[in-house]
Amino acid sequence: MARRATFSRRVTMTAITWVLAFAIFFPILWMIQTSFKSELDAFALPPKFFNFHWTTENYSVVQDRSDYFRFALNSIILSGGATLLGLLVGIPAAWSMAFAPTKNTKQVLLWMLSTKMMPATGVLIPIYVLYQWLGWFDTHIGLIIILFLGNLPIMIWMLYTYFKEIPGEILEAARMDGATRWKEIVYVLAPMAVPGIASTVLLNVILSWNEAFWTLNLTTTTAAPLTAFIASYSSPEGLFWAKLSAASTLAVAPILILGWFSQKQLVRGLTFGAVK
Amino acid sequence: MKRTLAFLAGTTALALLSTTAYAETKLTIGTVNNGDMIRMQKLTDDFTKSNPDIKLEWVTLEENVLRQKVTTDIATKGGQFDVLTIGTYEVPIWGKKGWLVPLTKIDDAADLLPAISGGLTVDGKLYAAPFYGESSMVMYRKDLMDKAGLKMPDAPTWKFIAEAAAKMTDKATDTYGVCLRGKAGWGENVAFITATANSFGARWFDEKWHPQFDSPEWKAALDFYVKLLKDSGPPGAAGNGFNENLALFNAGKCGMWIDATVAASFVTNPKDSKVADKVGFALAPDNGLGKRGNWLWAWSLAIPAGSQKAEAAEKFVSWATSKHYTELVASKEGWANVPPGTRSSLYANAEYAKVPFAKMTLDSINAADPVHPTVKPVPYTGVQFVAIPEFQGLGTTVGQTFSAALAGKMTVDEALKSAQDTVTAEMTKAGYIK
Repeated sequence: MARRATFSRRVTMTAITWVLAFAIFFPILWMIQTSFKSELDAFALPPKFFNFHWTTENYSVVQDRSDYFRFALNSIILSGGATLLGLLVGIPAAWSMAFAPTKNTKQVLLWMLSTKMMPATGVLIPIYVLYQWLGWFDTHIGLIIILFLGNLPIMIWMLYTYFKEIPGEILEAARMDGATRWKEIVYVLAPMAVPGIASTVLLNVILSWNEAFWTLNLTTTTAAPLTAFIASYSSPEGLFWAKLSAASTLAVAPILILGWFSQKQLVRGLTFGAVK
Repeated sequence: MKRTLAFLAGTTALALLSTTAYAETKLTIGTVNNGDMIRMQKLTDDFTKSNPDIKLEWVTLEENVLRQKVTTDIATKGGQFDVLTIGTYEVPIWGKKGWLVPLTKIDDAADLLPAISGGLTVDGKLYAAPFYGESSMVMYRKDLMDKAGLKMPDAPTWKFIAEAAAKMTDKATDTYGVCLRGKAGWGENVAFITATANSFGARWFDEKWHPQFDSPEWKAALDFYVKLLKDSGPPGAAGNGFNENLALFNAGKCGMWIDATVAASFVTNPKDSKVADKVGFALAPDNGLGKRGNWLWAWSLAIPAGSQKAEAAEKFVSWATSKHYTELVASKEGWANVPPGTRSSLYANAEYAKVPFAKMTLDSINAADPVHPTVKPVPYTGVQFVAIPEFQGLGTTVGQTFSAALAGKMTVDEALKSAQDTVTAEMTKAGYIK
C-alpha cells in the first residue's frame, strides 16, 4: 500500500513538473514557431498552432537587413569580458570576506547588494556624461566595465556563499605548507569551488547577455550587441511579429544552447549548500 | 640605414596621403522601425553613389527606446548621432532650445505641405525636414456597412459613427463595430482621445495654462468614447493600441477603425490583410463644432546641434526628403509605397492620385490645425499633444486614468477628477500656473 502511495505520488509529481516546465517553456516555443510564420499567420485569430504554412523567409529578411553575426560577436565579447573581469575582482573579494572577515564584512556585503536596488535610469545622465568625457561611448571597453560593475555584487555574493562552504582548515594546511595567498586561491580554493565558480560564470554570462538598458543606451553601431539587434525589429506602428520573433530566436539561441549543455553544472552550482 | 629610413618615411607619407584621399565621413543615423524608414535604408545606394565620401551607419530602434536615447544624447550633447528621426512633438521644443541645426538646403522647401512644415518651424526657421506625414481617418469595411444598410459619408459625424458601430456589431461572430486605441500612453490612447476631445470643443489648458478636465466638454468627450467602446468595441479594448487594432482589423474583426492614415497601406495590402479589397476611407468624425477629431504627425529628419558633420548630414536629409527620392521609391516599389503627406507636388501627381487613400490622407492632413487645434483658444501648439517638455509625463499619467475608466476600474468622473488634480499639481510645480 505504502509502495503504491509512493508510486502515485511520484507520477503526480512528475506530471506536475512536466506541466510546469511546459508552461515556462511555452513562450519560447511560441516565439520559435511564430518566427516560421508569415506576418498574416503571426496575428491570425484564433492563433495557429503548428497548422500553418512554414517559411524561413523571416530569417533571410532579418539577416539581409542586419548583420546578425556582428551583433552576436559583440554579445560574446561583452558578456565574456564582463564575466572575466568580474572573476578577477570577485574571487579575491569573496575570499577575503569568507576567510578573513572583519566586523564590517556583513554590512559591506549588504551595501554591495543595495546598489542593485537603485533603478539604472537614476544614474543614466551622470554615467552618460562620464562616458562622453572618457570617450567610452559605443566602445567594447566602456560596455564591459558597466556590465562588470553592474553584476559584481551578485558575483561576490554567489562566490562568497560557495567559499563559506569550504572548510578554512584546508586553506590553513596549504598555508602551513608554504603557499602564498595567491597560490592558495589559485591552486587550493579555486579547484574546490569549481561548481560554484562555474555557475557564477554561467549566470553572469546570461545576465550580461540579456542586459538591455545600458547596452541600448551606450551603444550605436560598433559595440551594439544582440539586445540592439532585437530592439530594431520592434515597432509600435506596424505588425512585424514574425520578423521580431525570428530576430529574438536568433538572439536567444546561443544562450539557450549554452544553458542546455551546462544545465547540470548550473543546477549543481545553484543548489550547492542548499541542503545541509 | 639611410635607405631604410627613406623607405619608411616614404611609405608613411604615402599611407597618410592615401588616408586623406579616401577619408570618408561616417554619418550615424538614428531611426524608428517603420516600413517607410526601412525602405529608405534599402535605397541608400542611390545616395552613396553620388556621395562616395559619405558612409551611412544605421541605428534602428523601437520608437520609445529611440526617443529616450536621443533625448538623453541631445540634452547632454553626447554627439552619438548625426541625423535623428524625430516627431512633431519634439521639433518645436528642441528647436527653441537650440538643440537642432536649422535646415537651409532642403530640396524645394516651398513645396512642403504648410500644415506639416508649420509644425517643424520655430521663429521662421525649419528645424526638421518631414520624411512622411500622417493624420488620422476612418477606415471601414464597405461590405459590413452595406450589410447594415448604411452609407459612410466622406465627412461623418460622431453620431453616425456610434449608430453605424452599433449596427455593425455582431458579437456572435466576433465582429465589433468600432476598434479604437485604449492602451495607456501619451502616443497611444491620449493621442486619440485628445484629438476626439478637440472635436467636442474640449482643450487641455485655457490661455493661462489652467487644466480643463473639469469642463463639460471633456465630460461629454470621455463619456462618449467609453460608451462607444463598451457598446460596440472589442473585449479588452483598454489594452489595444495601434498594432492590436491593426491585427483585429486585418483579421476582419472590426467594422471601423479610426487611426493613423499610415495604416491605410497596411489594411489594403493583400499580403497582410484578409479584408484588403473591402476597405473604404472617410475623414475623422466631427461633432458639428467645426473641428474634426483627426491629428497631425510627421516623422522628420533633423540634425542635432552637437554633430560635427552637419554639412554631410544636411546633404543626406535633403536627399531623403527630396522629390527625387519620392520618384525613386515609385520606380522601385510603386506609388502606393511612396512616403505620404509631405509635399504638395506628390498630390498633384496623376499617378499618385490613383492610390485609393491618397486624397483622404491629404484632406485629413489639411483638416488638422496644430495652432488652433480646438474650438476655444489655447496657449500651446499640437493637435493630439501639447508641445511642452512636461507633456510626456502628464500624458502618460492621464492616459493611465483614461484607460482605467475604459476598463471599468473607475468612473469617467473619477478619471477626469484624477487627471485634473494631477495635471494642476504638475503644472503648478513646473511654474506654468502662478
